[in-house]
Amino acid sequence: MSMRRIVAGAALTLVVLTGAAAAQGPNLGKPISEEDVASWDISIGPDGKGLPPGGGTVKQGEAVFMAKCQACHGSKGAGQPNDRLVGGQGTLASDRPIKTVGSYWPYATTLFDYIRRAMPLYESKSLTSDEVYSVTAYLLNLNGIIPDSESINAQTLPKVTMPNRNGFVVFSRGE
Amino acid sequence: MEEKYRAETEPVAGNGLLHRRIFLAGGAAAAGAATIAGRSEATPLPVESWMKIPGAPFNGYGQPSKYENKVVRTLASAPGTGGTGVSRTPHHLLSGMITPSGLHYERSHSGIPDIDPSAHRFVIHGLVKRALEFTLDDLGRYPMESRIAFLECAGNSGALFQKEPVQANIQAIHGLLSCQEWTGIRLATLLQEAGVEPQAKWLLAEGADAAGMSRSVPIEKAMDDAMIALYQNGERVRPSNGYPMRLLLPGFEGNMNVKWLRRIKLTEGPTMTKDETSKYTILLPSGKALQFVFPLEAKSMITHPSPGLTLRGPGFYEISGLAWSGYGKIAKVEVSADGGKSYGVAALQEPVLPKALTRFRMAWQWNGAPAVLQSRSTDETGYVQPSRAQLIALRGDRGGFHNNMVQSWAVSASGEVQNVYA
Repeated sequence: MSMRRIVAGAALTLVVLTGAAAAQGPNLGKPISEEDVASWDISIGPDGKGLPPGGGTVKQGEAVFMAKCQACHGSKGAGQPNDRLVGGQGTLASDRPIKTVGSYWPYATTLFDYIRRAMPLYESKSLTSDEVYSVTAYLLNLNGIIPDSESINAQTLPKVTMPNRNGFVVFSRGE
Repeated sequence: MEEKYRAETEPVAGNGLLHRRIFLAGGAAAAGAATIAGRSEATPLPVESWMKIPGAPFNGYGQPSKYENKVVRTLASAPGTGGTGVSRTPHHLLSGMITPSGLHYERSHSGIPDIDPSAHRFVIHGLVKRALEFTLDDLGRYPMESRIAFLECAGNSGALFQKEPVQANIQAIHGLLSCQEWTGIRLATLLQEAGVEPQAKWLLAEGADAAGMSRSVPIEKAMDDAMIALYQNGERVRPSNGYPMRLLLPGFEGNMNVKWLRRIKLTEGPTMTKDETSKYTILLPSGKALQFVFPLEAKSMITHPSPGLTLRGPGFYEISGLAWSGYGKIAKVEVSADGGKSYGVAALQEPVLPKALTRFRMAWQWNGAPAVLQSRSTDETGYVQPSRAQLIALRGDRGGFHNNMVQSWAVSASGEVQNVYA
């Protein structure tokens, strides 16, 4: 028997044993329905699947922003004391790149996902879906990505094309 | 004896670097003899009070000596927050390969949650045959394994991208790095029980913190060596490191090792969370950015000497430091005392483990003249840690993350050490 065959045989045995071990594993997880996971299932990918009902306008978003976001992110998202959210388009290749929602973020769905899960810092997960949609609309509008009249909801959000949508290259080792 | 001493202190590179065999049995004695020869006469030994009266009683959880109260993390938080930021490990004050649990670096996005372990739930769902919910008690009954692994923030050492060398110590520059023994359950075991659907190529891992920190992880990594860690250095994971459980992805950038893990969702593609798009991506001079740069490449740094650890006159010193690679084991560390003109091979302290910190040592006879110390690691894949110029030529200086360039420490004639570019 060649060495290669012995190694292949050993690998096969290992696979079989691993399979058996999994079948005989503790299996202590309790089955849970997607309905019961729903309150935690807040991640939204680029396809927008799972976005909640509701929606909001740029104007409504301006009011939410002024009440809940401006203290940290500045008037019209200009930044200070915390992250700048607006502007910077065209600066990424310069000596002083300015990374904002408008200049850097590749997907509008990320904005909804992140605001809903993490903002405002001291009251995360407190905004209604309408408030999250509207403040998303406001930030997209401040960045010149959607017009004043646009509404953002589960249908329109995934269709928004961000300026830096094609700005990313998937890494492979050696780059 | 004379001949043996010469052999053991054989120079291997410029400016006083000595062969690593000095660290083998017998060699240290020769080095010790060389050091002692230069010292002044001793005075009669005092009998101190602690030698005569009983010491303190036992206590439930031990603490370091009160004389070690400067061995602490340094803290930096975002404006208006207390727990959104980082704390850094003081590598210049530590030795060995294991970081004490209380000195493990931290990066948190909305403070440290106070999680009741009896109320904590962990859920696997999405593209699986059956979604499963686990309690901490459930998970405690699974077969476990331990491994020693480093964690490093992708932003560690980012200060070395600045145009001028910052006057800061190793804690400030390289402190977002730690290494511990982690014990827990192979994630693959739990995923197999849930039954991963064939179209699931990624998973989203999410924390129970107020920021709901979340990252996408390729399924290959999840099925390879990913762990649900319940213990660090033998005790339950500390709150600041993810109590009661965290994801451990050995070798991958720290941000992906999601703390306070509450949910894993199997998905077809990456979710494109805030951190994997707008934050932990590497902006290149072209304006394009590298995305999904997961393992940390081979890197090393000299911890002793380093800024703040002033040399006390010419003579023998052990140069010591840490090397690591997210792709496997460290194969070799080279040290230079002349700014990279010549290198000698350092001794590697066993055990040398994959994706763990490795301690290296180099003997140095300092002649008292200015010197520039560097270390350069090579991992088992053959990758060699780049110089500052090489890394900047490859990626520019605005990428911010995954900075693994060679660190240079200048030693002045008075023995002071500072960060320089060489």
